[in-house]
Amino acid sequence: MLSIKNLHASIEGKEILKGINLEVKAGEVHAIMGPNGSGKSTLASVLAGREDYTVDSGEVVFQSKDLLDMGADVRAKEGVFLAFQYPIEIPGVTTTNFMKTAINKVREHRGLEPLDAVSFLKLMKEKMKLVEIDQSLLSRSLNEGFSGGEKKRNEIFQMAMLEPTLAILDETDSGLDIDALRIVANGVNTLKNPDNATIVVTHYQRLLDYIVPDFVHVLYDGKIVKSGGKDLAKELEKRGYDWIKEEADVA
Amino acid sequence: MSKDDQILEQFASKEYEHGWSVDFEADSAPPGLSEDIVRFISAKKDEPSWLLEWRLKAYRNWRKMIEPKWANVHYPKPQFEDIIYYSAPKKKKTAESLDEVDPELLKTFERLGISLTEQKRLTGVAVDAVMDSVSVGTTFKKQLLEQGIIFCSFSEAVKDYPELVKKYIGSVVPSNDNFYAALNSAVFSDGSFCYIPKGVRCPVELSTYFRINAANTGQFERTLIVAEEDSYVSYLEGCTAPQRDENQLHAAVVEIYAAKSAEVKYSTVQNWYPGDKNGKGGIYNFVTKRGICAGDYAKISWTQVETGSAVTWKYPSCILKGDYSQGEFYSVAVTNNYQQADTGTKMIHIGKNTKSRIVSKGVSGGYSQNSYRGLVEIHPRAENSRNFSQCDSLLMGDKCGAHTFPYIEVKNKSSQIEHEATTSKIGEDQIFYCTQRGIDEESAVALIVNGYCKEVLNKLPMEFAVEAQKLLALTLEGSVG
Repeated sequence: MLSIKNLHASIEGKEILKGINLEVKAGEVHAIMGPNGSGKSTLASVLAGREDYTVDSGEVVFQSKDLLDMGADVRAKEGVFLAFQYPIEIPGVTTTNFMKTAINKVREHRGLEPLDAVSFLKLMKEKMKLVEIDQSLLSRSLNEGFSGGEKKRNEIFQMAMLEPTLAILDETDSGLDIDALRIVANGVNTLKNPDNATIVVTHYQRLLDYIVPDFVHVLYDGKIVKSGGKDLAKELEKRGYDWIKEEADVA
Repeated sequence: MSKDDQILEQFASKEYEHGWSVDFEADSAPPGLSEDIVRFISAKKDEPSWLLEWRLKAYRNWRKMIEPKWANVHYPKPQFEDIIYYSAPKKKKTAESLDEVDPELLKTFERLGISLTEQKRLTGVAVDAVMDSVSVGTTFKKQLLEQGIIFCSFSEAVKDYPELVKKYIGSVVPSNDNFYAALNSAVFSDGSFCYIPKGVRCPVELSTYFRINAANTGQFERTLIVAEEDSYVSYLEGCTAPQRDENQLHAAVVEIYAAKSAEVKYSTVQNWYPGDKNGKGGIYNFVTKRGICAGDYAKISWTQVETGSAVTWKYPSCILKGDYSQGEFYSVAVTNNYQQADTGTKMIHIGKNTKSRIVSKGVSGGYSQNSYRGLVEIHPRAENSRNFSQCDSLLMGDKCGAHTFPYIEVKNKSSQIEHEATTSKIGEDQIFYCTQRGIDEESAVALIVNGYCKEVLNKLPMEFAVEAQKLLALTLEGSVG
């Protein structure tokens, strides 16, 4: 589904990603871990098409299409979703209105008629349950005055609404208490199916107790320096990142 | 070219949608202004002698006045001798019903999305349409008259209700009030007149559409709204003009008189041609709008969405004379390319316990300059009066300007004044958040700006709010910074 080959990316002339290689197949969950500043969030942003970053070389193929050639909105329409580490506030725009606009743009791209109000509300009701989110929250300005937990649940709600093929969760666990973490993870697990894939970017192993990965990759200094199964995450939790850094620096 | 520049470039190249014109045979005065032209206009309209005298007085005052220079706008001085001060679509007779109106005219308004015939049948809006200088049709007239509500063109009012016109014309905006008000008073050709009798709540929205069609023509219309005791009316005004290379002058006057406990809501969606992306052409919109809360507990509320015109100079104001009277001003002003807007309000507190509220949202893109200018004046006997002002500016790109000029004059110690102001840029983060959900950049900007202006847009009547939202989206096509 997703194939990243030798991806180099920089911001303001500073190279952050220094040759990333990653293959993600349908039905898989990949965890990207690593110490602060290793490039985890950069990778998520570059895949989603954030323009602050410059892709210097490499290629990313998503469902046989050149992902890097698409604008951020086209990537989203093609099925790439990024759950933001810090969801953005948009005053005066309700989550409901935001989602209605987004869904109809995506549908238009796929040659579908816009959803009528009744079908949209029905869909919304169904997805709200998934992340135990309240109608009143969706009628407020997007993320404005939301608690940390509400913001993250709102991200997963949006993901549920848009049903992406590839979901990238950027530090979705940060700022969550244990109940919110469970709700969020439950939402992600429910949305999982053999046709989609998930990339979980996280600093801590904690989230991976709930969203169990098929593969764990450790990012350090802009490269994936170690890959393994879910046990690798446990080992990192126990030993920290220092041994990885040492191994990588020696190599 | 960086991405930002490309987007700005797209934004700048956005086309004006109403830039067509229709060839009507027009009945025009020769260009230029003199006492003879004033007499010509008055004679064309078969006016009583008192009105001709009123016009001539205004004209003589205007001759002695100079153009105001204090606004934060720069433009070549209009050549007053080249302007045609009167142009009427020919074949025009006073239409009793829309069936008598020239079908070409009706088609023109239908192209604007204002179907007079449909309006008449379907919606709860009564429309008066003014083309160039002449009112071409008013809907719902008969039904309104049954309740004593007069809604007609200004010329008809002069003929049919001369004592009302004589009593109120110039009572809120005197003919020598300012340069452009004086000019208008001398040469105004038509406009709308509206009278709500005591105790009547006008059941429909009253609406006027203004359209400048002919070339080299100035449009000088007057609107006069009189709301008697305990009455209520909501009034809407919309404007468009064809795309032309030369600048055209629009100098209107709006007067509102609200008696004791009367309430008048006045909403404007102004979309005059703003000029092309290099700042060529466009309408000079120099308008004097003022209302007086003459009686106690009266209320006047101005709501405006300003997206058009090359240069705008406009300050819808409230004189709060009656005790406990209230004034409100809600404004969205969007400027783009080389547009310049200097707009705001004046709240003059004279009566005791008077209240005013100002909410102004400026959005600037391209190379435009957008100024808020507002005066809050509290007179010595205006005890316990209160004002709240909020002025927010949103910038797109780094070549536009937003300015705020608040003037506050308080001569009473028991009054309370609050002023809040913010300036922000549309965040790249906000845009990216939207695009990541599949919303393209243009739609994202429209969504964000609509959200930003929501407080003002919510004040518009339903039919207008939808139109205003679409207009904002259109004006902002492709704009990011």
